[in-house]
Amino acid sequence: MVVKTWKAADVARYVIDNKELFILDVRNEDAFEDWKIDGHKFEYLNIPYFELLDGVEEILPKIPTDKDVLVVCAKEGSSIMVAEMLSDAGRNVGYLAGGMKSWSTYLEPIKVGDLNGGGELYQFVRLGKGCLSYMAISEGEAAIIDAVRFTEVFTKFAEEKGVEIKHVFDTHLHADHISGGRHIAAATGATYYLPPKDAEEVVFDFTALEDGLTVQLGSSQIEVGALYSPGHTIGSTSFVIDAKYLLTGDILFIDSIGRPDLAGLAEDWVGDLRETLYKRYRELVADLVVLPAHFMIIEELNEDGTVAKRLGDLFAENHGLNVEDEAVFRKMVTDGLPPQPNAYQEIRQVNMGKITPDDEEQTEMEIGPNRCAVR
Amino acid sequence: MNITKTLDAKGIACPMPIVRTKKTIDTINSGEVLEVLVTDKGALSDFPAWSKASGHTILETKEEDGVHFFYIQKA
Repeated sequence: MVVKTWKAADVARYVIDNKELFILDVRNEDAFEDWKIDGHKFEYLNIPYFELLDGVEEILPKIPTDKDVLVVCAKEGSSIMVAEMLSDAGRNVGYLAGGMKSWSTYLEPIKVGDLNGGGELYQFVRLGKGCLSYMAISEGEAAIIDAVRFTEVFTKFAEEKGVEIKHVFDTHLHADHISGGRHIAAATGATYYLPPKDAEEVVFDFTALEDGLTVQLGSSQIEVGALYSPGHTIGSTSFVIDAKYLLTGDILFIDSIGRPDLAGLAEDWVGDLRETLYKRYRELVADLVVLPAHFMIIEELNEDGTVAKRLGDLFAENHGLNVEDEAVFRKMVTDGLPPQPNAYQEIRQVNMGKITPDDEEQTEMEIGPNRCAVR
Repeated sequence: MNITKTLDAKGIACPMPIVRTKKTIDTINSGEVLEVLVTDKGALSDFPAWSKASGHTILETKEEDGVHFFYIQKA
């Protein structure tokens, strides 16, 4: 049997198209417990590769023959070895090229919807890391929001669409992933915006992202407007695009809300978070479609693979928006928070421009699940 | 510490450091110590997990200039 090579993009299609997949994950147990490839209809078996060195006979009964089987490891070496052993035993299996590393870095661009006058809005879903980036395009111009560090994905996409990247925004100083924003701006001549309150320590030039700032795309009526919404960080800013979409950054997610502790100031910022979620957002139109900068669990994906929901529905259903008692809310977002993202302090340093690790080191820093939310 | 054998697994990637270590440890006696040199970062979590699963004991680890040394006592 020939061992099939799967790319991260192939696995992404299985997630989005709701297909069945059996994943044999041959990483260590703790690595698997911490973070795995999530799919709506995926089944798993976790056996570290070093327990299979003497043969795979023992696990053969546990490997289904009636569905696709994918062997996954951290990079790819041990998954190839195990996949070949299974293949030699007569099984039809594949392995994930580049392993969890490539899964962590893959982005799937999905169209969220149309904007006025022929414009379009795209969401870039980083399934392996739960990051969401955005590109709004209209009449030859593009604005990018919360770009991850794979700058070519965005510059190539803009090229394919025949648009010029004019504005690059970060909603806040990210702590869980490395921003590609200022690098895209440098490569394309676009303006790079960052909230000044988050940028006190940054060592590069930027344009201040202030409350009420509005940029226009093309000559059309499409506006990208900034709305100061502190809480996750003191500078966190949301965007309203085309009076239709609300990009919430790390303040409000589909099934959870932002955590205020990643810059070490939970006690100080919890009041801002409350104010943003319970006052500022409440004043907005309920029909806005919320587009966050992250998702945490696969259930937050819509049928088309996008992560989006009406603001009014979130007011009704999101637990974090329905804590009447302020003291209870305060306790919820400061006590018993989940573990912080991998290397979050170093990632903040990278995003301030203070340290410049190489690509390999950046991949290491970003490894693991997204942990920006309180749920 | 008496080192019975040394395995140089520098520059090779997962799964080969563990594969070779397993083969080499099969050639020494119970209670003897194998020294392994690796540069693959994946080995840092794999060696302890593999040793635990196979009953061997890691007596000591150290790092010098990006090379990781494992001293593994055979079960």
